[in-house]
Amino acid sequence: MKSNKINNLGLAALVASTFTFSYNINAEVKTIAIDGSSTVYPITEAVAEDFQKKTGTKVTVGVSGTGGGFKKFCRGETMISNASRPISKKEMDMCAESGITYIELPIAYDALTLVTNKGNDWAKSMTVAELNKIWDSGSSVKNWKDVNPAWPNQPMKLFGPGADSGTFDYFTEAINGRAKKSRSDYTASEDDNVLVTGVSGDKGGLGYFGLAYYLENKDKLNAVAVVAKGKTEAVLPSETTVMDGTYQPLARPLFIYVNGTKGAFDKDVKAFVEYYIANAPKLVKEVKYVPLNTSEYAAVNKHWQGKKAGSGFNGTAEVGLKIEDLIKRIKD
Amino acid sequence: MEQNKVDAEHSLIKPQTLEEVRTMIRTHKRNDFIFSSIGLLTITFALLTLLILFVDLVMDGYPKLNYQFFTDFPSRRAANAGILSAWVGSSLIMLVTFITAVPMGVAAGVYLEEYAPKNWFTDIVEINVTNLAGVPSIIYGLLALGLFVYTFHLGQTIVTAGLTLGLLMLPIVIVSTREAIRSIPVAIREAAYAVGATKWQVVLHHVIQYSFGGILTGIIIGMARALGETAPIITVGALTFIAFLPPAPVTSVAPFISFEWLQSGFTVLPIQMFSWLSRPEHAFHINAAAAGAVIIMLTLVMNGTAIWLRYRIRKNIKW
Repeated sequence: MKSNKINNLGLAALVASTFTFSYNINAEVKTIAIDGSSTVYPITEAVAEDFQKKTGTKVTVGVSGTGGGFKKFCRGETMISNASRPISKKEMDMCAESGITYIELPIAYDALTLVTNKGNDWAKSMTVAELNKIWDSGSSVKNWKDVNPAWPNQPMKLFGPGADSGTFDYFTEAINGRAKKSRSDYTASEDDNVLVTGVSGDKGGLGYFGLAYYLENKDKLNAVAVVAKGKTEAVLPSETTVMDGTYQPLARPLFIYVNGTKGAFDKDVKAFVEYYIANAPKLVKEVKYVPLNTSEYAAVNKHWQGKKAGSGFNGTAEVGLKIEDLIKRIKD
Repeated sequence: MEQNKVDAEHSLIKPQTLEEVRTMIRTHKRNDFIFSSIGLLTITFALLTLLILFVDLVMDGYPKLNYQFFTDFPSRRAANAGILSAWVGSSLIMLVTFITAVPMGVAAGVYLEEYAPKNWFTDIVEINVTNLAGVPSIIYGLLALGLFVYTFHLGQTIVTAGLTLGLLMLPIVIVSTREAIRSIPVAIREAAYAVGATKWQVVLHHVIQYSFGGILTGIIIGMARALGETAPIITVGALTFIAFLPPAPVTSVAPFISFEWLQSGFTVLPIQMFSWLSRPEHAFHINAAAAGAVIIMLTLVMNGTAIWLRYRIRKNIKW
């Protein structure tokens, strides 16, 4: 009796596994596939959630990081790629090789925020030069008084994102002049909550990450106002200062890249992108990022309607580029 | 020298006087006590760590541990976010894993133990299988990405993920099958042969029957490990936001069984948990704790089932 049972079980499993392999794997599944940056993820998730509820079109969002997202995008596996930095030269070549074009759409701002411990009552503002002195490659700053003699003798403990993150690329570009040029003897984590815990637990702590993480942890951290190059006024990161362009140079645009070969002409993808641009002002705020100005969204929408492929950065990340100028550049 | 050593050994085994016997018993009893105390302390420590972790997760995630949490899709609003797509994804992947790894693993184990000739080739196979059981899971992910996704074009789907975890589980099933078979007394086999059973009959009616408990334990422990895996699943392309379920495996029209779900994208519980944990809002961290509690509970239930089944099956075996 018992042997029969096992026998049948084995047979059933065998049949099932044969089915698994013989099943037609090219079946058309109608889904808008999105992948890419973890920074842009919350915005796209919010849009995808609402869009799917409204239209019934299925949307999936993955988190492979900006670089991993572009790899899939350039192989044609995804229709839209989330990116916290512009597409790089290497990725542009990769896409060109497989004949995939892309429409570059800025959809929100993120403000990289420098944070200190609640007990830090001296460094309320810092200049770009001071930040460069701290974070530059080969920097030997180990104490707050080494940066500014007015600051106390307090050992400095640095926290920042890992070298694979777009945040790291942008910060190093803006502060040290070249992407990925940074000292490496700091506590690095891809999880910003780890950085929050680190800075809030060390009186001499200094770290940087996206504004949303600061806003959620205001009770544990201080934000540092930044004095841009050639300016005298220290500016704190906030929705207002990012939108009026005074928080420089650490406000960065976030992008989605839409497949311009197939995606831009697909009915569902088109509807999704239009919904994205139209609802971004509300949804971006809801997930605690900074929206573009109304005029900027209008420019982005016009750019989308024109379906002009290409990147305004041409492979090199630039700091402080205005959205309108960027779009004009793609058009030319 | 040599003589002394022999004497010393002798004195341990054969004490000379009654006093020496008593001393020896006392020493041994004391050693027993010390060892069992250390053992008890170690296991208490291990269990306490697990318990604290679990209780902490449950306490953190308590507000979310309700029926809705299991029936809601992920959402940008922490209060509305649930693990429906994650637990369905995890279950379907486990199903594919089970269907592929178990028959292959048990068959391979039986073959290696009962049929394979003992030569250099089987030695190499044996060493490799044992090694594979300890290979980091990310390696399986990379292998699966190259093999299933790019070579077989199975896509970033449930079937790919299931096969990947199946590969991961295979060595565990093979090793535990072999261990279970080895624990069967030779006398049982010989008795069966003696009354005229063929090799196949011996294997099917006796070897597999009696080792079934051990095999089952291996399977379930392998499944529990696969359930918590993230690295290989991310490598083959798990999603983070997916707010719909794969097509139902049972349909209302003939042939009533659909395999379309195998082609669906997916997410799994550990990925959902990780995604929530990296969000800035504290409310999402509560969701993450609740998801963590669910994973631990599932693992505990699976391991508990393994122990219970082994006990049941052992009880029914009458040699």
